[in-house]
Amino acid sequence: MTGLPETTEKSLGLVIDLDTCVGCQACVTSCKEWNTGGHMAPLTDYNPYEDGADGVWFNRVHTFEEEPASGCGEGRTVHFPRSCLHCAEPACVTVCPTGASYKRASDGIVLVDEDKCIGCKLCSWACPYGAREMDMDVGVMKKCTLCIDRIYNDNLPERDRVPACVAACPVGARHYGDLGDPQSAVSQLVAERGGVDLMPELGYRPVNKYLPPRERDKAAPPIAAPALEPVAPEGGFLGWLDRVLSR
Amino acid sequence: MAKAHPSGANSAPSQLPLADTRAPAEADGVDTSPKVSEEVKHSTCYMCACRCGIDVHLVGGEVRYIQGNRDHPVNRGVLCAKGSAGIMQHLSPARLKKPLLRVGERGAGEFREIEWDEALQIAAERLGRIRASDPKKLAFFTGRDQSQSLTGWWAQQFGTPNFAAHGGFCSVNMAAGGLYTVGGSFWEFGEPDWDNARYFMLFGVAEDHDSNPIKIGLSKLKKRGAKVVAVNPCRTGYNAIADEWIGIRPGTDGLFVLALVHELIRAGRVDLHYLVRYTNAHALVVKAPGTAEDGLFARDEEGRILAWDKASGAPVDALTPEIDPALAGSFQVNGRTCVPVFQLIAERYSAPEFAPEAVAERCGVPAETIRRIAAELAHIAFEEAIELPIAWTDWAGRRHETMTGRPVAMHAMRGISAHSNGFHTCRAIHLLQVLLGTVEVPGGFRFKPPYPKPCPPNLKPAGKDGGKPMTPLSGAPLGFVFGPEDLLLDEAGGPVRIDKAYSWQAPLAAHGLMHMVIANAWRGDPYRTDTLFMYMANMAWNSSMNTAGTIAMLTDKDEDGGYKIPFIIYSDAYYSETVAYADLVLPDTTYLERHDCISLLDRPISHADGPADAIRHPVVEPDRDVRPFQTVLLDLGARLGLPGMVDEDGAPKYRDYADYIVNHERTPGIGPLAGWRGRNGAEFGRGAPNPDQLRRYIDNGGFWQHELEPQARYYKMANRAYLNFAAHMGFLPEAEPIVFQLYSEPLQRFRLAAAGHGDILPPKEERARLKAAFDPLPIWYSPFEGAAVGEKDFPLSALTQRPMHMYHSWGSQNAWLRQITSQNRLFVHRRTAADLGLADDDWVWIESHHGRVKGQIRLVDGVNPETVWTWNAIGKRRGAWMLKDGAPESEKGFLLNHAISEFLPGDKTHSNSDPVTGQAAWFDLRVRLRKCDPAELPRTEPRYPPLPAPAGLEPPPGKLSFGAQFRRWRRKAS
Amino acid sequence: MHPAFSVIFFTTATGAGYGLLALTGVFFALGTVPQGRLFGFLALGLALVLITGGLLSSALHLGRPERAPRAFTQWRTSWLSREAVASVATYVPAAVFGIGWVVFASRHGIVASAGLLSALGALITLLTTGMIYASLKPIPEWSSPYTLPGYILFALMTGAVILNALLLLTGAEANPVRFLAPLLILAGWAFKTASWRHNDALKMPADAASATGLSGSVRSVEWPHTQANYLMKEMGYRVARKHAAKLRLFVHLAAFALPFALTLLAALSGGAFALVAACLAALIQAPGILTERWLFFAEARHTVMLYYGR
Repeated sequence: MTGLPETTEKSLGLVIDLDTCVGCQACVTSCKEWNTGGHMAPLTDYNPYEDGADGVWFNRVHTFEEEPASGCGEGRTVHFPRSCLHCAEPACVTVCPTGASYKRASDGIVLVDEDKCIGCKLCSWACPYGAREMDMDVGVMKKCTLCIDRIYNDNLPERDRVPACVAACPVGARHYGDLGDPQSAVSQLVAERGGVDLMPELGYRPVNKYLPPRERDKAAPPIAAPALEPVAPEGGFLGWLDRVLSR
Repeated sequence: MAKAHPSGANSAPSQLPLADTRAPAEADGVDTSPKVSEEVKHSTCYMCACRCGIDVHLVGGEVRYIQGNRDHPVNRGVLCAKGSAGIMQHLSPARLKKPLLRVGERGAGEFREIEWDEALQIAAERLGRIRASDPKKLAFFTGRDQSQSLTGWWAQQFGTPNFAAHGGFCSVNMAAGGLYTVGGSFWEFGEPDWDNARYFMLFGVAEDHDSNPIKIGLSKLKKRGAKVVAVNPCRTGYNAIADEWIGIRPGTDGLFVLALVHELIRAGRVDLHYLVRYTNAHALVVKAPGTAEDGLFARDEEGRILAWDKASGAPVDALTPEIDPALAGSFQVNGRTCVPVFQLIAERYSAPEFAPEAVAERCGVPAETIRRIAAELAHIAFEEAIELPIAWTDWAGRRHETMTGRPVAMHAMRGISAHSNGFHTCRAIHLLQVLLGTVEVPGGFRFKPPYPKPCPPNLKPAGKDGGKPMTPLSGAPLGFVFGPEDLLLDEAGGPVRIDKAYSWQAPLAAHGLMHMVIANAWRGDPYRTDTLFMYMANMAWNSSMNTAGTIAMLTDKDEDGGYKIPFIIYSDAYYSETVAYADLVLPDTTYLERHDCISLLDRPISHADGPADAIRHPVVEPDRDVRPFQTVLLDLGARLGLPGMVDEDGAPKYRDYADYIVNHERTPGIGPLAGWRGRNGAEFGRGAPNPDQLRRYIDNGGFWQHELEPQARYYKMANRAYLNFAAHMGFLPEAEPIVFQLYSEPLQRFRLAAAGHGDILPPKEERARLKAAFDPLPIWYSPFEGAAVGEKDFPLSALTQRPMHMYHSWGSQNAWLRQITSQNRLFVHRRTAADLGLADDDWVWIESHHGRVKGQIRLVDGVNPETVWTWNAIGKRRGAWMLKDGAPESEKGFLLNHAISEFLPGDKTHSNSDPVTGQAAWFDLRVRLRKCDPAELPRTEPRYPPLPAPAGLEPPPGKLSFGAQFRRWRRKAS
Repeated sequence: MHPAFSVIFFTTATGAGYGLLALTGVFFALGTVPQGRLFGFLALGLALVLITGGLLSSALHLGRPERAPRAFTQWRTSWLSREAVASVATYVPAAVFGIGWVVFASRHGIVASAGLLSALGALITLLTTGMIYASLKPIPEWSSPYTLPGYILFALMTGAVILNALLLLTGAEANPVRFLAPLLILAGWAFKTASWRHNDALKMPADAASATGLSGSVRSVEWPHTQANYLMKEMGYRVARKHAAKLRLFVHLAAFALPFALTLLAALSGGAFALVAACLAALIQAPGILTERWLFFAEARHTVMLYYGR
């Protein structure tokens, strides 16, 4: 049913730290690798060894350059992973004519039931974030499942029951948990770091949050390093060396 | 064995599974517990040289999923983009399938499939003839392999000095600069103390290198709020997340670092106690200009280096503990005037030429930034020093209750290395570290066992005689020279080696000069070779400077119609650009189909807390008629009857590489793997071969690791507990302290020779260059190319680096990775582009003194304005790697190598290399940009005819539905 | 947005078809169209062809057309599902209407009521189709207040032009409906002009900074993948400004100016001339409205392209 649950018991999602993401694409391929054999298998690739190579990916990393609004101070390069935000008000779900798209009442994950999908693409039009990926070969829409086939999977060791991208991220820039619970570790991380919603003005209320890069002057430790003064200006430099130095 | 991180790198509370991972009731029919795989095997990744531990999930003999091994010391469970795309590398349509024998013209890509027996017979016959006549006519060069202890040993047993791997164009400047200075270097040799550092400086790091450990480390620094300062012309990757980015001009890092040294010395902010304990800062240097002793250390009769003890007012053995050594002054010893090393350092670097104001413009870094960084370094090192409550005993037997740490760590790589001044720049960085007392202390830069080694290691290159028929070399072909007497020179003083390593042109060429082999062999300078035997080295494309010229040399013929390089044997797993130029192709396996050892004898994967090594083992069976190169090499060795590779009766000694890994002993008790040695596997380091060793590795997740006891983890160069351990393990010949060589006497020996002292003298025309380059203290000079071509005519530096999701030439055959990057742009600063009248997406000619290449630009802010750069080796030869014609890699992607010369501008004698080590100086490249005529086609040039697919390889599929089979398997299983 | 022909044809064809059906239904009830079977056959037959052809075309646009029946289930939230329901539901009164009129030549109240119900169904279907586009917040050109009324207006306009031609074809000359066509064209023309003016001044509902959570000016440096992906192909379609201006001019002429002039002439004249003019108007308007719809897609921008700097 494409009606949205009024509330969800949990709001599972990701928190992505733009301050530490180095743009290495590890989350991108680990996602591809898991999911191409996972719940929505396969993630088809077209023209894989020629011009026009394209494929279904649930996670893509952009590179931006940001110039501060003031116009002064240093700009920065920001790497930006983009995937489904598992919105609280996902229009991709409500527009779906078949009920293939739905938001789970239990954990808030937005999923596509492939068997119901007619491939009308409307959900991809309705998503402002580009989270929906059409598999042209299979004829259905696919998307991030938040690794629903990992996070509860009895066949995986307990410790591995996190989304593949979170497990793989070499800089630990990806976090996962219940963003509906203000006491959860992810919620506290978001509070502490001032995590933000993407395009809040559209009103989709994304669950995933992004931690903006730290302000440069705040990021650096306050190194109250006094300027270096010449040593022993009177005795001369070599005089300073003439100290007792036991070996 | 204790595990430092039992639950892996990503184990913050916000990265863990839910407290209750039972699936909630949700009537959507989703199977939340599908079967993942039938079997998980633990091996080692080879998608780059990082060598992370991987857990390979298998279904019906197919790879379903590869994840990081959480227990592994290198990656602690994380895995990079390459590692997670391993399936697509393993399934590449460019995998070679059977040995190939060339039937058409070289380069035409026409081959006939042959059986292994025939292939090995052809190779063995040819190599046998060479070995019986003149073994150096075999040039054996390997690329990115991880088996150099085998390949080097093989070359030694064959008797050719002409062996090296790819270090000559990769990072020999880092290795040599470090090993001659502190007995270790970055990456395999050492690592920042990620857990304690508070200030981290990162110089010129190529981001495909050591990527996961650095990323894990950066994450730790970020979590703790340590400051990260990145010195790099490009603001990519690691530099993008640094707290401070210093967009330095390429090739000026050494000057920048020496200005920091200037500031620290001017202010007296150096760790003098550290210097007199662990370095040669107090060693006395003879001042006798014009004599053969000038600049050498003052020694006593036993040859011990002397220092001046202020307490006794006499010269004493500099190694003596409890003396009060002078760091300044002038002393008479045995009738000669001597000064301590530190006085020379202080005099040299306090000179105004190293003042921040003097270097600011050249470096493109404001003087106040340099001063501030120096102040921050000093502040963190001295005001924020840390004490770890760990008692330890030094080499002299003195007990220390704590370990003092100066939490400033540094790391450097390719950006420092690939310049003609890289050796000295690397030394300068080590000098800076040592002056601050941050090497091998808590919070600083730490060695990974088996490092530190004596500076330099006492392992000299063998092959002085050029190799004798049917005779092994007396030792390994690669090593470290202490002076001109260790060079490999013929009677006329010319090079013994084909690549001129260890000649006057590259005396400290510890990794050889692979980049010069083809050019030298083609020219017959110093001589012609017979067979060029290469492994995993894409010399016909992105691993050569002057790619067009190299291709021409590979196909060039003599008057008699024979090729100037008569025979080329090439082993690779994939259809790289170089395959087409081989006469005989030996197809290798993929990394999931083979045995390997990541050995302490080679390039280990140790952690600073203890040594480690690892294996690969076949997790899937090859579906093609291919063999692991190392097994083939041992087979060839046996066919040639090479000592150590055959029994007394001439039968092969090793069944295959796995057999060698277990049973080979380099010295009694020490073999390729250190773990589970001894008959029952109870020993490590030393012990008899254990037939069950590989099983023990597999059971342990594919690796072995020993954690040092806490008291042995820092101050390894002078820590009794560590030194004893290292001597036991065979890392060090004896448990003697390692003295950091701020002043390098070997360099001074070359300088003296250049001044005409000694028996072995360089030719006159080499002397000025040697005198300038072999300064015993770190120096800075302009990179050669810029100085030669004039920076006005070629106003921009041009750099390349691999993206983090690619490694060398391999990535473009990978269906997933190539989707991420299939065209490289030339990144140009927006201001620079505006000055040149260039707009985003314009096509430009990138012109150097040597050649030109056409590419498309992308405007950015995050680059030094006088620098342009691009992602390396995205540009591919048409048809190579089984990419269909028209692929963006060969239509739009461009290869900057076309603009790089293998020789210095206007000089056909000296290679485009560092004069000390022979390191290829491809980051010295200077270019100018010219906007393409709008009438020109928007595609790259130079353009080559496409390589045809070799025999046996099928056209690649037009669609991939990889993974659908696992869905079917699950359905069947449930 | 990618101007897929299947969707362009679907919206224009069903638009014209429902417009024709609605007008025919109403005018039948009012008795202002010929009540003969031939006219009924032509008008309702053409409407049926346009509607059914359009709906089939939209089914072709689907990845899994065989599952199309599933689209009837989510009418509670989905405008597309509502459209499916409304469009199929409209067949019921339309069938009664058509059978009564054409087969039984009946002028019974039931037939007239069915005609009115058909008109209502057609209007509801047009509304649901318009709302599919008007409800998409990521696409400012579509979520604009002009989308829905415009869509209905153009449907009625094209329906009226066809109806007008049919009237003349069947010789019903002095019909009051003849002035409706130019009137609706004029209204549509004004509305399209206003809607373009409005859209040209439209800002995206978000910017690159809010799309990324960054501040200041945010420029795309590298895309996730070098070559175009589904999102870029579907949502990143761009028509060059110069090209768009030419096409708009064509729309002005072919969709509005010429049909207006021709239908007005037809209304004011008579005989063969009027017949030719009215038919010509319909024939000229077809490419005009297809181009209008092509631009409706091609000129629409989607917020996802903020991530691609386009």
